[in-house]
Amino acid sequence: MISNTKKIKNKLAKRYAKEKRFQIYGLGAIVISIAFLLSLLINISTTGFPAFQQTYINIDVDIDSKLLNLDGKYSEQALFSANYRKVINQSLKTLFPGVEDRRQKRALRQLISKSARYQLRDFVMNNPDTINTKQSLWFLARDDVDVFMKGSIDRSLPESDRRLKNFQLVWIDKLLTENRLEKRFNINFFTQGDSREPEQAGIKGAMIGSLLTMLVTVLLSFPIGVSAAIYLEEFAPKNNRWVDIIEININNLAAVPSIVFGLLGLAVFIGFFGVPRSIPLIGGLVLTLMTLPTIIISSRAALKAVPPSIREAALGLGASRVQTTFHHVVPAAMPGILTGTIIGMAQALGETAPLLMIGMVAFIADVPQGITDPSTVLPVQIYLWSDSPERAFTERTSAAIMVLLGFLIVMNLLATIMRRKFEKKR
Amino acid sequence: MINTHKREEFDIEINQTVGKPFIKDAKFSTRNVDVFYGEKQAIFDANIDIGKNQIIAMIGPSGCGKSTFLRCLNRMNDTIQDCHISGDIRLDGEDIYQKQQDPVLLRARVGMVFQKPNPFPKSIYDNVAYGAKLHGLASSKIELDELVEKSLTRAGLFKEVKDSLHKPGTGLSGGQQQRLCIARTIAIDPEVILMDEPTSALDPIATAVIEELMISLSKKYTIAIVTHSMQQAARVSQRTAYFHLGYLVEVNDTNTVFTNPEHRLTENYITGRFG
Repeated sequence: MISNTKKIKNKLAKRYAKEKRFQIYGLGAIVISIAFLLSLLINISTTGFPAFQQTYINIDVDIDSKLLNLDGKYSEQALFSANYRKVINQSLKTLFPGVEDRRQKRALRQLISKSARYQLRDFVMNNPDTINTKQSLWFLARDDVDVFMKGSIDRSLPESDRRLKNFQLVWIDKLLTENRLEKRFNINFFTQGDSREPEQAGIKGAMIGSLLTMLVTVLLSFPIGVSAAIYLEEFAPKNNRWVDIIEININNLAAVPSIVFGLLGLAVFIGFFGVPRSIPLIGGLVLTLMTLPTIIISSRAALKAVPPSIREAALGLGASRVQTTFHHVVPAAMPGILTGTIIGMAQALGETAPLLMIGMVAFIADVPQGITDPSTVLPVQIYLWSDSPERAFTERTSAAIMVLLGFLIVMNLLATIMRRKFEKKR
Repeated sequence: MINTHKREEFDIEINQTVGKPFIKDAKFSTRNVDVFYGEKQAIFDANIDIGKNQIIAMIGPSGCGKSTFLRCLNRMNDTIQDCHISGDIRLDGEDIYQKQQDPVLLRARVGMVFQKPNPFPKSIYDNVAYGAKLHGLASSKIELDELVEKSLTRAGLFKEVKDSLHKPGTGLSGGQQQRLCIARTIAIDPEVILMDEPTSALDPIATAVIEELMISLSKKYTIAIVTHSMQQAARVSQRTAYFHLGYLVEVNDTNTVFTNPEHRLTENYITGRFG
């Protein structure tokens, strides 16, 4: 006969071992997930950071009014439609004399961004007195030059496999020795809309698009979702068949693939109500549909977690049900409601699939001015860029991901601050 | 064995409440009150009067329906799904369950203090001022300040919290919280205060403070208290009602109930034979 103490003692070592094992599993899981997260972040930032710099080329431009096709009249209209391309091509020719071959001439023009003529136009229109003078100006370099400058084109590769040909490399070397090539902060990335030319492509359009879409989403889904949750939790009759059916449906909607909401939006909002496609308004409407179940479910959970004693206290003092709900229950549940909302909004911010269905995937170069201007959003912009063949779009894709993550962090921060405020009030 | 014996005894003997359930000049009077939770009947035919400016204690074993009965008096049971009440409950001769009766108004007249201290997660000041603000009882900030101070003083809490009126009420100790809840209740000056085991979560010192408070409040208010402590019932109340399994067994002056109970069940309970 073994005593109980002995029995327990015999098992003790095994129990402790089990406990330790479990802790190790947990720790291992955390280490693995942190490793994955870190490698992801490092990968994105190392590819993305170069996009915040952009190569500029310095050229001495002879702003000749003859070349510009200006016959003495410097009216705004004339300056606007003048031939700046010719001026730039001529300036390039003077910089590299002796380039006669047609193919080489074209390659020479390809050192500089196509947008150079617009840059020059803006410069001349702002400073009309520079006409018929020589100016040393900095222009955007073409994406290939930019990529080369950032070290992503290998000189040792055979010429046929290289984006830049040997004679182009000679020109670049000449520019470098003359200090005519410089990497600067890529302000265009934050101030321009999308473009087919990587060196001109910016994220502002997508950022504003995302902002407007999120604004529409939060303005619609927060009040609707929270009101629905409050009604269902506080006022709807319990054990009612209709309420049960609604509840089951809301729970199911939360699990519906998001692209289905896109199809629904396409059919209902665009097909039936005739809302124009590609605009933040329709994006916000569709994302509202998508986030509503999340907000309703989490708000209901938050309301349910408010101790019933608070309701009793208010009712016992002679508060009506609405007063009880809005004076005590909702404020107490607010942190939870905000958490749910922010989860829903974060989901909506990263959503691509439903927006493809409603035309937000279109190429839109203009920065939207309001919720009825065509626009795209950050995740769709990332999707579009990641699909582009140009090498320079790779880094821009990663940079856009960084901006998206930044957006998310800012949003979460705002929510945390709001949460704190509500918690402090209590 | 003992249990069946008791049930038999109980079936035979409880038909009518013994003692003196009815008095003159009643604040509350209930007749033939039955309460059901769905199919289950929680209270059987309760007839009792509650006297003005008196403390009545309701005692009995757990689940005997005393809390349920208390919650009928300010219609707190309305908030519970599938709880329904039949019979007649009158406050100053007026049926409180009639259609015209507004439960909000009723609850302003019949305040309640709960078992677990439940201050709002707001400041002490806001806790006390809430009812007054709700019903528009104070016309100015100064008046409200006075009301808060008066209520806290009457609840014996003002001295302890006068420097921290704007700190959260949830930061007080259990006994202080319960006194805050009492202050909150008397701030709207109800006619009746219902107390549902107000000291069950408190230590003996806090309990003594609250009991004293009850006695002083009974000069102005009618108080009905549910308690598990027979000593408490003996200490504070003028009349005592004994509930058993949904039946109101005996009602009498507190002295009589504790010294000379009429009913066997009451006697068994107060002598500690069960319950």
